[in-house]
Amino acid sequence: MIRTPLRPLARILSARAKGENPDAIERENLRLRHEEMRDRQRLRAEGRLLILGLLFFGAFTVVGARMGTLAASEPMEPVAAASGASILAQRADIVDRKGRVLATNLATHSLYAQPPLMVDPDRAALELARIFPDLDADRLRADFTGSRKFLWIKRRLSPEQMQAVHDIGDPGLLFGPREMRLYPNGTLAAHVLGGAGFGREGVTSAEVVGTAGVEKQFDTWLRDPANGGRPLELSLDLSVQAAVEAVLAGGMRLMNAKGATAVIMDVRTGEVISLASLPDFDPNARPAPLAGRDPSDSPLFNRAVQGVYELGSTFKAFTVGQALDLGLVSPETLIDTRGPLKWGRFTIRDFRNYGPQLTVREVLVKSSNIGTARIVAMTGAERQQAFLKALGFFEPTSLEIAEAPTGRPLLPRKWSEIVMLTASYGHGLSASPLHLAAAYATIGNGGVRVMPTILRRTVPPEGGARVMSAEAAATLVSIMRETVAHGTATFADVPGYAVAGKTGTADKPDPRGGYYDDRVIATFAGVFPAHDPAYSIVVTLDEPVETSGTEPRRTAGWTAVPVAAEIIRRTAPLLGLRPEVEQGTGAGLIRVRN
Amino acid sequence: MRSLVLILTGFAVMGLAFWAYRENYRTQAALAETAALQRQIAELREALAIQRAEWAYLNRPERLRDLALLNFPRLGLVPIDAERFGRIDEVAYPRVDLPALHGIVDTAALEAGQ
Repeated sequence: MIRTPLRPLARILSARAKGENPDAIERENLRLRHEEMRDRQRLRAEGRLLILGLLFFGAFTVVGARMGTLAASEPMEPVAAASGASILAQRADIVDRKGRVLATNLATHSLYAQPPLMVDPDRAALELARIFPDLDADRLRADFTGSRKFLWIKRRLSPEQMQAVHDIGDPGLLFGPREMRLYPNGTLAAHVLGGAGFGREGVTSAEVVGTAGVEKQFDTWLRDPANGGRPLELSLDLSVQAAVEAVLAGGMRLMNAKGATAVIMDVRTGEVISLASLPDFDPNARPAPLAGRDPSDSPLFNRAVQGVYELGSTFKAFTVGQALDLGLVSPETLIDTRGPLKWGRFTIRDFRNYGPQLTVREVLVKSSNIGTARIVAMTGAERQQAFLKALGFFEPTSLEIAEAPTGRPLLPRKWSEIVMLTASYGHGLSASPLHLAAAYATIGNGGVRVMPTILRRTVPPEGGARVMSAEAAATLVSIMRETVAHGTATFADVPGYAVAGKTGTADKPDPRGGYYDDRVIATFAGVFPAHDPAYSIVVTLDEPVETSGTEPRRTAGWTAVPVAAEIIRRTAPLLGLRPEVEQGTGAGLIRVRN
Repeated sequence: MRSLVLILTGFAVMGLAFWAYRENYRTQAALAETAALQRQIAELREALAIQRAEWAYLNRPERLRDLALLNFPRLGLVPIDAERFGRIDEVAYPRVDLPALHGIVDTAALEAGQ
């Protein structure tokens, strides 16, 4: 680069000769040089900017293109990554409290057809109709030869069926992978599990959606991949449930009942160990709901949770318990039981005449309506209402199955005095057997409210509300023990397990008004073992009649109680309860160590 | 000197190209193997799930009950009841079969006699 001097001698001399200031020349030259330098620097800076711009453009193009391909391409598992606890199935298993499978998934295939690809539609239709007897060959042929491009033929195939369809060899018959919900135990715990069906369906996969029971209640949880295939643990015990269902089915047949239900509940945690409702169904092939008929006649109807019945004398325990808790009576207080008791146009009668007076203990043991009505008259309607509300009889149960909110108790509109009197022995208001089991569990839990749950709990929940004092609850249990030992529920006496409980026989309301004479709901509700209650049990039979005697017997003592006793006899050892010799009965025997 | 550097650079480029080519194929082979293994894992897991389901199906209480009934003469299985419980001190010690004694000599008596 040629550098022009700031003060070129020739120009300075000529300027001096002309008498001009030579510094002007220097300034001029300096300015020119600075301008030149500035131009050069700007050029360089502009070049850099251009390169930087190009770089940014390139980078953004790459990012954009990558985003575009990611958005447009099919998602794919990273091949190189190690597969850890990856998602196996789209729906988690359901297991019982000991980890035994109640619901799981099975990989299977669905069958669909693409008629345009078919070689011999006639033969395919005939062969398919031969493999699947429920398909109609003529309809299939019409579908295959018509204008349809695609049709589903079967949602689920067994491997044998799939092989048979494969052997037809028609390229227009295609299989799509399917995940199918399997309930390996068949009808066991059907009402709790509910069932599942297909949601949105595609060729390569289909959604499995819960349709009832816990499957519906926990649908989102079961399908959440974040759980990493962790199963849903229920509080049910498979072997107890199986024993309860077997005994209940036998009892229902023997007692000629049209329906039956049994609930066993842990009194400390509120876990439902067994919940059976008969008649039942197979959740693998859930039947369609009955259209236009009473839903309670359907096998889908969960009597234990959805069925609300007047539960009769089992409510007397609450009346007596509250009176004991308030200190209004002691077990030995004498109550006037002369009948019939007239209240306005109502007359309250006892099953038979129990004499002029009974102690509070005997009122419950012998199940006197008049005595209970007299006791509740001391308590008053308001306190009675509050007590029943605290026991949970005013709202649906908190059980986590989809049907629970429909088990809403039926309550009288106004809590008048006559309602107070009839409610004291369980008439005029309806609740589900599960309500009753929870209330008896509350008594067994020393008066602290128990909320039923279907999920496994390891520790009892904190902070249950106290409904009655522990002493009153213990006294009530001891009176109920006497009811079983020598009262209305003697058939429930299971050696070794000190059952305490109360029977209830309620006439069924006639939908045309009034009550039936010969249709009853027989209930046994209780806790065992009486000295340290661990489980509460409710057994309800719908329209039972026991015909071994000379005349048909319908009272709970002859129907529900023997069934409940057999259930306890079978399940208590399964629940790990040791039989215990009751104090006072074996006093003559003294163990001597030698 | 300059040409030597050029030749060496040329060789280095060729060597690197060969290395990159080999690495590329090795990576692809490893990926293919991983994919195959993962497919195998998935298949095994599916088989495991099916076997678990089958285990649950074969162990369903209804079937076990029928089998217990069917094999009652041989196994004598009955539902558990309260009488099956016992205390640990009720369990008898196993009978010890002592060897039979022959030619017993009462040493104490002998000593007393001496």
